[in-house]
Amino acid sequence: MSQPVRPEDKIENGERRAFLAAGAAVAGTAIAPGVLLYGMAQAKPADQPVSAKVRWGMLIDTTKCATGCTECVTACNTENSLSGKTGPQDSQWIRKVELKNLQTGARHSLPMLCQHCEHPPCVDVCPTGASFRRADGIVLVDRHICIGCRYCMMACPYKARSLVHENLTDQNPEVPRGKGCVESCTFCVQKVDRGENTTACVEACNAAGHKAMLFGDLNDPESEIAKTVKTYASTEVRADLNLNTGVRYQGI
Amino acid sequence: MARLDLASKLGSWLRFAALIGAAAVLAAPSFQAAAGVDKPKLERGKGERCVEDTDFMRRNHMQLLKHHRDETMHRGIRTTKHSLKGCVECHASEKTGSVAATKEDFCMACHTYASVKLDCWDCHATKPMAKKPAKTEAAAEAKTSPLMANTQNGGAKP
Amino acid sequence: MKIAFREIEGKSQGYWGLFAVLAILAALGVGSALYMEHHGHIVTGMDNQIVWGLPHVFAVFLIVAASGALNVASIATVFGKTLYKPLNRLSGLLAIALLAGGLMVLVLDLGRADRLIVAMTYYNFKSIFAWNVILYNGFFAIVIAYLWTMMDQKGGRWYKPVGLLAFVWRLILTTGTGSIFGFLVAREAYDAALLAPMFIVFSFNYGLAVFLLVLMGFYAGTGRALGDKMVLRLKNLLGVFIAASLYFVFVYHITNLYFTKHHGLEAFILMNGGIHTLMFWVGQVVLGYLLPMAILFHPGLGNSRAWIALAALLAILGGLAQMYVTIIGGQAYPIDLFPGFEVSSSFYDGVVHPYTPSALELMLGLGGVAVALLMVAFAVKVLRFLPERLDDETVAALHGAK
Repeated sequence: MSQPVRPEDKIENGERRAFLAAGAAVAGTAIAPGVLLYGMAQAKPADQPVSAKVRWGMLIDTTKCATGCTECVTACNTENSLSGKTGPQDSQWIRKVELKNLQTGARHSLPMLCQHCEHPPCVDVCPTGASFRRADGIVLVDRHICIGCRYCMMACPYKARSLVHENLTDQNPEVPRGKGCVESCTFCVQKVDRGENTTACVEACNAAGHKAMLFGDLNDPESEIAKTVKTYASTEVRADLNLNTGVRYQGI
Repeated sequence: MARLDLASKLGSWLRFAALIGAAAVLAAPSFQAAAGVDKPKLERGKGERCVEDTDFMRRNHMQLLKHHRDETMHRGIRTTKHSLKGCVECHASEKTGSVAATKEDFCMACHTYASVKLDCWDCHATKPMAKKPAKTEAAAEAKTSPLMANTQNGGAKP
Repeated sequence: MKIAFREIEGKSQGYWGLFAVLAILAALGVGSALYMEHHGHIVTGMDNQIVWGLPHVFAVFLIVAASGALNVASIATVFGKTLYKPLNRLSGLLAIALLAGGLMVLVLDLGRADRLIVAMTYYNFKSIFAWNVILYNGFFAIVIAYLWTMMDQKGGRWYKPVGLLAFVWRLILTTGTGSIFGFLVAREAYDAALLAPMFIVFSFNYGLAVFLLVLMGFYAGTGRALGDKMVLRLKNLLGVFIAASLYFVFVYHITNLYFTKHHGLEAFILMNGGIHTLMFWVGQVVLGYLLPMAILFHPGLGNSRAWIALAALLAILGGLAQMYVTIIGGQAYPIDLFPGFEVSSSFYDGVVHPYTPSALELMLGLGGVAVALLMVAFAVKVLRFLPERLDDETVAALHGAK
């Protein structure tokens, strides 16, 4: 049980459902009775490592996302103590992108953030292994070994990462950030590990009444997000790259 | 002849190494004694006692922190006993509210004295978490149990 | 035929003048790095859109030129052209010096340059950058061993095998450097296997241009004899390498032009990219390729030392322009997140990213060049790197000795 499940124990996208069906039965009998791995994900004991049985993901319904609304961005800045400035050297973990289809003229608005890929290019290129993917699918930067080479920023197809360009003070104790290291959206890992199982942006979107963002465990067939992506069409941004992103979009 | 040279060389190296070792052993207590004269003054922090013996912490706090940092960062283990956040909560100075704002604050007192640079505070907050309304914890707990039950049922279904 | 190598005297005003200028440039470079380190990258022109800037232009140029500078030695050792054997020591020295200069720039530009030890102790073996760290360190070790086989009697029997190893290693190294960009799926300008062989050909070009300039500079400065036979052979080789570079650039762009999805990028580089279009056509193509080729293959100008030196200098400037277009231009063109859509955001999606390098970045880049040349100037004074004479009779004797 305390054996860490490494991200290498990945399950191919198509096989995931089948695995879950079988896995659930096995988990129920073979592993500690009464404690299911899905349950662990919802409120993991603090001394247990995160598990690959969970895949955190986000579903964004662009038809509900309002043009000009930046509630999610503001909430992210507050939660992670970002300055909120938008100069070329300022960090932005989540941003609103306005789209216009060149052929049809259709307009969409959506939040863009780290897509938490299953096969993240940033992790592939990082020379020291500071960019890594946690077992539960959250892609993070270990600032203790980030040397600030910015190769991950070159490699990310979503422009999701920022370099901290200057000295910082008064960080959120739960969200360490500092000069010279690269950073990006963490799926509010501090909230997830606390068992809140949501992110600041999603909370804000719901509070504003848009309900355009949904966060949850893609591997849990009973979760709202898993049910929704199973029922309705959704897509990855730059699906051609085959990165199996954790963030999916509807309506584009 | 050559063998003899080598042997004597080796011998002298060994003697040298032994000397260094002996010097280190002898110096250790005397260093501590000397330190007694103008030991850094630091605020002890809140609570009865530290999470480990003081002597142990003096020598090993960096190993504990490094181990914990890797466990938390890469595996999401969030125990509080050896977390940096826990250190800061207890040891933040009453005057500055920080562990590293001035040279008298808890971390800096010794680190200045021993002139060991530390870069924890480039990224980590030196002050404890501002008090938040207690509702988040309650909410998290309320959420936990029904979900646990939920998924247990759900898990059995295909 | 035995060639006599001798240290240069290095007591002239010219030598110390050069030394002083280089030392000042190097100090300015280190100073600006310290300033950047203290304040963070906010004091540079680099930002979250142009994440690699002028320091990387210089660094990658120097690293590519380093492996190319070893070519002269490889021709002598691996391909058995004894004619070039007297030059192989300088070739190895330049290779080490240029690599050291380039790596210095690269390392001092890191966001956390103080954590260099981390880069040496933590490896992610899927990262081409991590491979490069190993390739660079290995290159130093192998070329130093190579120099030892050239300069020490005891190393003589290792000369051929180590030379072969160095040759293979430098090809892998430049493949690695090209692949830093070639392996980037995210950006349209990169993401091409062609970049690795293209960088190898660039390295032949830049390395030989630097080598030729340094060789002619030291021989002119010390008044040692350097015959036309050697110089004309080297300049012809440079002309061929420049032509090969042009060929690869042509293939790269013609391929992109064929694919509709790359038309935006090509229009940006070739037509409406402002500084990048200028850098490409005027810097890279005209100054870097056409002009030096015209000079080197011209029946009259091609025999003049001054014109050959100018051509080599132009090839180097063209190389820096090429790196600017490749590195900065490749980032300035926006990533196509949503093909078929017009996009806008607070994070500068969908717009061309401007870049104005600060003086600090320029000083850091020039500092790397200065450190490389300083190492060479110092080494030829204290060790026997340069042949005493390379006049036509000596060269002819070598040529016959083959």
